[in-house]
Amino acid sequence: MSGLGFFASARFWRGALPALSLTFVLLGVFWLQPRAMSYFGLNLLFNLAVPIALATIAQMFVIAVNDLDLSIGSFVSLVACIGATWLNETPLLGIAALLGCIAVYAAIGALIYIRQLPSIVVTLGMSFVWSGCAVLLLPTPGGSAPDWIRSLVTLKPPYVPMPLVAAVVLALVVHFALMRTSWGVLMRGVGGNEKAITRAGWSVLKLKMTMYALTAVFGILAGLTLVGLATSADANIALRYTLLSIAGVILGGGEFVGGRISPVGAVLGAMTLTLTASFLSFLRISPDWQIGAQGAVLIIVLALRAIVNRLEARK
Amino acid sequence: MTTETVSPLISLTGIQKVFGAVQALSGVDLNIHTGECLGLVGHNGAGKSTLMNILAGTLEASGGSLSIAGRDLGQGYAVQDAGRLGIRCVFQEGSLCPNLSVAENTRIIHPVLKGFGWRPRAAAVIMEQLDLIFPGHGVSAFDIVGDLSISKRQMVEIARAFTVTDTGIRLVILDEPTSSLDARVAEQLLDYVGRVAGEGISVILISHLLGEILQVSNKIAVMKDGRVVAFRDASGFDRSSLVEAMGSTVVAGVAPRRDAEHRKTVSEERIHMRPPEQPDDQSVRAQAGEVVGFAGLAGQGQTEALLQIFDGHGVLPSGAQDAGCCFIAGDRQVDGVLPLWSIRKNIGISSLKRLLLGMLIQNGKERELADAWKERIGIRAPDVEAPILSLSGGNQQKVLFARALGSAADIVLMDDPMRGVDIGTKNEVYAIIRQEASQGRTFLWYTTEMEELDYCDRVYVFRDGVISETLSGSDITEENVLKASFKQVSGAA
Repeated sequence: MSGLGFFASARFWRGALPALSLTFVLLGVFWLQPRAMSYFGLNLLFNLAVPIALATIAQMFVIAVNDLDLSIGSFVSLVACIGATWLNETPLLGIAALLGCIAVYAAIGALIYIRQLPSIVVTLGMSFVWSGCAVLLLPTPGGSAPDWIRSLVTLKPPYVPMPLVAAVVLALVVHFALMRTSWGVLMRGVGGNEKAITRAGWSVLKLKMTMYALTAVFGILAGLTLVGLATSADANIALRYTLLSIAGVILGGGEFVGGRISPVGAVLGAMTLTLTASFLSFLRISPDWQIGAQGAVLIIVLALRAIVNRLEARK
Repeated sequence: MTTETVSPLISLTGIQKVFGAVQALSGVDLNIHTGECLGLVGHNGAGKSTLMNILAGTLEASGGSLSIAGRDLGQGYAVQDAGRLGIRCVFQEGSLCPNLSVAENTRIIHPVLKGFGWRPRAAAVIMEQLDLIFPGHGVSAFDIVGDLSISKRQMVEIARAFTVTDTGIRLVILDEPTSSLDARVAEQLLDYVGRVAGEGISVILISHLLGEILQVSNKIAVMKDGRVVAFRDASGFDRSSLVEAMGSTVVAGVAPRRDAEHRKTVSEERIHMRPPEQPDDQSVRAQAGEVVGFAGLAGQGQTEALLQIFDGHGVLPSGAQDAGCCFIAGDRQVDGVLPLWSIRKNIGISSLKRLLLGMLIQNGKERELADAWKERIGIRAPDVEAPILSLSGGNQQKVLFARALGSAADIVLMDDPMRGVDIGTKNEVYAIIRQEASQGRTFLWYTTEMEELDYCDRVYVFRDGVISETLSGSDITEENVLKASFKQVSGAA
């Protein structure tokens, strides 16, 4: 693949699209609101992008094995509730509950694989279970986040705001683990050709359980970050994360089937979606329209990707 | 048989495999020695791929014994064991992950490629092998497999099977390895297969190109109906004796051919379709009341031809939408059955227009239709309201027939619909096809089973997407069909 040829290739454009969309929306925000171009401004803009990016990464693990998790939003809400109650008052119980959640997720992965169930059905069912638990735990909004989480999410490193540092670290760590290690290859292979992995003598069951457990781990990180930022919790605090996280993965260049995913793209996608909301507020568009507008952004990016793919097919 | 002074590397005795009601393998005996190239031939469904899957550990034999390098491996022989014993298999449908790079795909079959620096090591292993087998291949280790052309993918898969890291290779199974390679590359592969035999690696080569088999094999085994029917040194075979061995047994006249008298009485031509790349003037023709067969090896363009006709190409009078075609799919789980519906709804779906009252479906009428066909075609179910999945495979297939025959369509297209159906059901359906044809329906029937061709008035044998031979009447014999199936179309490899 020689120098210039690569930059004209569809693979390059597919990879660059998430970064370009983020840049585009960011420029729009700066143009409308030049004061956002500061340490404080960026911190404010991207603060809420961190939990969304974590939830998007969580979703990406499931999408990598050709499944879909419709319960991630309620799961993150439940974690936020656990964080604002048990983890604060009786830390040991809180930690045990969170570990239990990981085990349940791994079990769901096993169930879906062994019984060959559609993941959307199982996870849709689970979303009500998680929501129910959250309501039982915290019937009315309240609780308070443990101090250590609060101080962690409000850290102010010099020069670069915390949310950006967090996003870069998250993207790089997951990229390395999933795209560069020999272990990540097997994980993505399950999405690409499950039969090939089985034939090579690996246990797809174990691989799927690991992926689901990782989804839970990142879901927990998302929930704890969120409760740290919000300082208190609510059983419905993160319900919209389900769709946001799916949109983020797809916006970042991932595909629903075939194990084609991009951790860096997913983080960029999540940030783009968060930023779009701010962009629309700066335009003084009512929040009622914002979800629709986020959808419009998604459609535009997907249309661009379809064009790139079609150009490739023509060659 | 040869004198067996050395104990064989692999010996299979009485291997059996049963899928539901179908006996795929009925007692296979086969020995493979070190450094031997065994050619394996046979018609579709002879059991070659099933046997290889058992050898590779991806299917478990239902009976018989298997020993490798003197070790007896009974039940519970699995893929991991095959890997440890140095058995590799290049499967027909491809075992690469399209979303991973060439090097990453290599890592999948080599558990030792891990830890720091595994990527360059994996890349080196696969590139070395690719260079060795296919010099000038033009593949790079970090190309994503999905972006490669189909022939390059095939090269990667073959080269990967020959890569060595910690355990040596004893046997490589190549199932139709040259199907997507061009002549030059195929020659490189056959050359290589000849060379590795000298290094003590055995190869099993499965191919429909008899020339290839005769060129590189030391021994040839011919399979038919789940058995090895001939097994001797390759020098004892030539092209025609191979074809003969594949279709040896004479089938008793199960299906008395309809007399020529009958065929003259029908006249109205319903289909005239020429495959797009047909070099000569042969074309698919069918009249009202005829049963026309599509034969040949699997995947030579028969299904595509049926789909084209279904889309209206070649249907006479041209553009006739109302005459209508209906399609009976071979893969009923994917293309046929509506799994959540009852038998009644599954039958009625193709006839809804006739069952409408205004915008609503008349349940009573649909039930009448379903009941009538349940009776006629003999669907074994207590009631047509039962869910379709409560039926056995054969009876589900009957529902699909009822759906097609119950509709008003004049042309019935069948895409190997009897796959995996027991013999009793088959005979019942054959009788109904006959009966319906005599009432003026036209059947186009793609089948991989020789006996079914006996029910056809005319047979088109497909090869490489075009018709290689048109057989009619008493020319429809197993021998002629086999000969045409293996006919080398000019210009191809």
